[in-house]
Amino acid sequence: MTTMSSVPWLTIVGLVPLVGALLVAFVPGSAENAKRMALGFSLVTLVVGVVAATQFDRGASTQFQLGEQHSWIPQFGVSYSLGVDGIALVLILMALVLTPICLLAAWRDVPEEVGPGGARRTKTYFALLLVLETFMVGVFAATDVFLFYVFFEAMLIPVYFLIGRFGGARRQYAAMKFLLFSLAGGLIMLVAVIALYLQGPGGSDGFLIERLTGLSLDPTTERLLFVGFFFAFAVKAPMVPFHTWLPDAATESSPATATLLVGVLDKVGTFGMIRFCLQLFPQASEWATPVVVALAVLSVIYGALLAIGQTDMMRLVSYTSVSHFGFIVLGIFAFTNVGHAGANLYMVNHGFSTAALFLFAAMLVRRRGSKRIPDFGGWQRVTPALAGIFLVAGLSGLALPGLSSFVSEFLVLVGSFPTQPVAAVIATSGIILAALYILLMYKKVMTGPKPEGLVGVREHDRLDESGRRGLTAVRDLTTREKIVAAPLIAAFLVLGFLPNLALDVINPAVDQTLSHVQKAIPNLNPAGTLAEGSSK
Amino acid sequence: MGTLVQTLASSPSALSTYAAGFATHEGEAHAATGVTAYAWLLVALPLLGAAVLLVGGRRTDKFGPVLATALSWGAFVVGALVFLAMLGRGPEDRAVGIDLFDWVAAGAFKVSAGLLVDQLSMTFVLLITFVGSLIHVYSLGYMEHDPDKRRFFAYLNLFVAAMLLLVLANSYLLLYVGWEGVGLASYLLIGFWNWNPAYATAANKAFVANRVGDFGLSIAIMVMFFHFGAVDFATVLGEAGTNANQGFMTAIGLMLLLGACGKSAQFPLQSWLGDAMAGPTPVSALIHAATMVTAGVYLVVRSAPIFEAAPTAQLVVVIVGAITLLFGAIVGCAKDDIKKALAASTMSQIGYMMLAAGLGPVGYAFAIFHLLTHGFFKAGMFLGAGSVMHGMNDQVDMRRFGGLSGAMKITWATFALGWLAILGVPPFSGFWSKDKIIEAAFIGEGWRPWVFGLATLIGAGITAFYMSRLFFMTFHGKKRWTDDVHPHESGKLMTVPMMVLALGSAFLGLIIGPTGLFTSWLEPVTGAEPEGAHPVIPVPVLMALTLVLVAGGAAFAWLRYWRDEVAVTAPAGNLLTQAARKDLYQDQVNEALLMRPGIHLTRSLVFADGKGVDGAAGGLAALVGGTSSRLRKLQNGFARSYALTMLAGVVAILGALWVIS
Repeated sequence: MTTMSSVPWLTIVGLVPLVGALLVAFVPGSAENAKRMALGFSLVTLVVGVVAATQFDRGASTQFQLGEQHSWIPQFGVSYSLGVDGIALVLILMALVLTPICLLAAWRDVPEEVGPGGARRTKTYFALLLVLETFMVGVFAATDVFLFYVFFEAMLIPVYFLIGRFGGARRQYAAMKFLLFSLAGGLIMLVAVIALYLQGPGGSDGFLIERLTGLSLDPTTERLLFVGFFFAFAVKAPMVPFHTWLPDAATESSPATATLLVGVLDKVGTFGMIRFCLQLFPQASEWATPVVVALAVLSVIYGALLAIGQTDMMRLVSYTSVSHFGFIVLGIFAFTNVGHAGANLYMVNHGFSTAALFLFAAMLVRRRGSKRIPDFGGWQRVTPALAGIFLVAGLSGLALPGLSSFVSEFLVLVGSFPTQPVAAVIATSGIILAALYILLMYKKVMTGPKPEGLVGVREHDRLDESGRRGLTAVRDLTTREKIVAAPLIAAFLVLGFLPNLALDVINPAVDQTLSHVQKAIPNLNPAGTLAEGSSK
Repeated sequence: MGTLVQTLASSPSALSTYAAGFATHEGEAHAATGVTAYAWLLVALPLLGAAVLLVGGRRTDKFGPVLATALSWGAFVVGALVFLAMLGRGPEDRAVGIDLFDWVAAGAFKVSAGLLVDQLSMTFVLLITFVGSLIHVYSLGYMEHDPDKRRFFAYLNLFVAAMLLLVLANSYLLLYVGWEGVGLASYLLIGFWNWNPAYATAANKAFVANRVGDFGLSIAIMVMFFHFGAVDFATVLGEAGTNANQGFMTAIGLMLLLGACGKSAQFPLQSWLGDAMAGPTPVSALIHAATMVTAGVYLVVRSAPIFEAAPTAQLVVVIVGAITLLFGAIVGCAKDDIKKALAASTMSQIGYMMLAAGLGPVGYAFAIFHLLTHGFFKAGMFLGAGSVMHGMNDQVDMRRFGGLSGAMKITWATFALGWLAILGVPPFSGFWSKDKIIEAAFIGEGWRPWVFGLATLIGAGITAFYMSRLFFMTFHGKKRWTDDVHPHESGKLMTVPMMVLALGSAFLGLIIGPTGLFTSWLEPVTGAEPEGAHPVIPVPVLMALTLVLVAGGAAFAWLRYWRDEVAVTAPAGNLLTQAARKDLYQDQVNEALLMRPGIHLTRSLVFADGKGVDGAAGGLAALVGGTSSRLRKLQNGFARSYALTMLAGVVAILGALWVIS
């Protein structure tokens, strides 16, 4: 089931940022150098990742490729085993693209420090972000259940410190809340992981996914194991009602942390549902479908309504994610190729989309010194270019056709309709609510009369001394901010019109996953259409 | 799970066979050759303009507006060449499909992006590029002193590109891109002066109302894929006419109609159009009169095979059209804001088109014909209104107009031609298109021709009244100007487009109507008019009745708004007038039924999420992590103690593992 690779590509991809982190943290030098080094390592990682991706064969018959396997704790059946299918590959690439963008966006997150060793905090911050990148690669690439668990929990450590040390006023509270929710899910999963091993064939590689796929489990056991895994993933994803840690974590952490947290780490939840819940426990997944789909639709609507009601920009964005994760879960539990492919593509697109929302909102927050939406108004007249990219990010958030998020959202809906028509129709109404939460925010922040006492730099330069009195000049987009924005907006457009770049990689993996499910549930119709020629 | 699939899969009527190629009523699409192969330039040119102006920023301030105008004319030239090439082929060989690229492929859902150049789409292409380009020219004058002129032209180009994509797309999914694209352009342009909060709200209202319609369009496409396994016109429309499940077709038809109602401001989603007049007047002319708002009619006519397979959906289309045409006409009678009166009229006229589109093959061609003539005369009148506003310090209250015919002769004359056209006075354009719709509405059996026919007939009378009221209040009677205005004629950049559109208002109908040019042109797409279908009232009688009603409406308006003096402030009016002024309480209804409950729901959920859900989940977390008081001690802020705790946890876990093994 795994095609081995002669070059340990995935290990290298994971190792580069880790080495970078160590160098950034411990090589003496200025903060500026440390930042540049961190950015350099993340770019190298991206290049290595892209090279690795070229070694990936879309037509391969095995589930995992670029495989590596070494015995780690043979007594417990644990191996260091890596490998990716199309789903994992696109998520890793998305993480590799987002990391340098986030590093660049985080350039001024840590206030300048003076004195000897003054660059300590900056170095720690950037090193932690790189460590996080290593774990992100690992968690998606692990093909050993225990190894996955290790990465799943290890991710908490850098995130915990990133939120707790580099966040807003209530960062300690938010970090602890994040940690407790995650640990609660993780510990229950750990019990399930161990129990699963005991149910499996055992042996020195008994934790490998391929050895644990297709077990004939007793229904009650299978359901319990499913619940154990699902709970952890539902907290991580996050689904209503386990979502309440997210808005606190997202608003109290730095924008870069929030982006990686919501854009990448939370995907581990939905990724885990596909890889573990569906693949290892197909019948239990089918059994749980009514409840899961109900929760998914609830998340779509509830998250959107909550987003509409927020007055804090970052909280608003994180609630939109709760809504979007509802779509992803709906697509996964639709059990159709289209829904699955849509859900996978959604994970990628949401990463870019949510990054744009968090990072562009942060550009506003930095200028205004407040996250509160009512503190803004009329900013289009002060920072027109920033208003423009903010609107583009918003349009991506509301899944405007022509942008990437539309393709994935529509695939989820069109793929869910055949098996979950009621849920799909209710979820579709989410597009109306999405228009509301985005456009109301845009209206409150950007439109209306020009804010008093503020003026764009260009206009400020034109004014004479007396005209400037009492006015604060606000810069529009800086070059660094433009470099942050450009790749994200390019991703919206490229994946909006050429989504097949990702779908061609995702589709075979979707077929693989669903074929595992179909072995257990023979009457499944993953084609999801009535028409001849397309149904199996 | 899967039960719906199984039930339906077992019903043979629901299964369909794959139809290769595009099957319209009679013809099939051919591969593109020659200039037609470059039809994608139609979309690409204005899109390029929008991109250059938006990305280029201030650097393009100087040449941007002219570039955008040139690119719009460029699209018109491409359109005209493609049209000429089309005329060179026989009627059955005119439809051409152009494959562009593979767009989305996931499982069985495979959509390639391509264009369908046929008689229906070309009609729209010519209307959009010609009227659109004229309005670009007009805007060079109208927006001359606006500091954000470049952004305005960027959005205009964006609109033209999206609108062309909408009508040229060869699948419902690609149509959707154009569909929301025009919605975006409309949103941006309604809110162009969004420093005024009311305008920003109007923009949001338009987008959200359209999204309600798009909810319908989305579901229609979902059902299509479920039923046909495809969403391209060729498969869907080809099979809808041959073997399709009527229940599904009804569902698709009604959902498409919902989409059409949003875009075309039809009842019950009409409320956004009046507020949309917040946008600069050229926008009102192009987007909110001539082109975008007619997209719903395009959608229904394009989807003709679906509606023909779903009589219930068809009937609902007619009912929606009838309600809207009367709704708009009544509202139009009470508005004193010249743009809002015109907007109400637009709504009403699109109601006519929608009604005709719902009548089936007797109505399709005339729906599109009226759409075309309306595109000319209504755009012309909006530009005229803009010219008046220009001369009157941007005032819009017709009660402060009057007697402008002397001060603005060209505006008056061009407006007059539009006025005669919309009234349906022979031989002006509207006469040829609207009377045909009235005739078609009287065709049929039972109660329908009487109800729908009378609606169109009464509507024609009311139209004559409110349009004459508008025309007289603005251009005739006593001058009721405020002291600070000095009306003057607008410059050539503005008056020339008005004159061109006025020529269209005057003669377009006469040229392509009675000669049968238009109906025979569209016939390969919309099907032949059924033989032997006669109105329940003989045509000459009907025509006479219409003219009498129109004359009556105009005469009544003459009495009240030309001969009699018009009050500078609106009189209280009777109950109907008061209701019509408030758009028949559409906003109040929406607020009471949707907005206020929605706001309460959202507020209470925000409250509950903070207290209830978070509290419960937090309690759960506390349970796992220890008691909440111990928690507080844990939160001592020292990273090392956290790290120690976690290390202890990991050791404990590994220890437990070791014990188990």
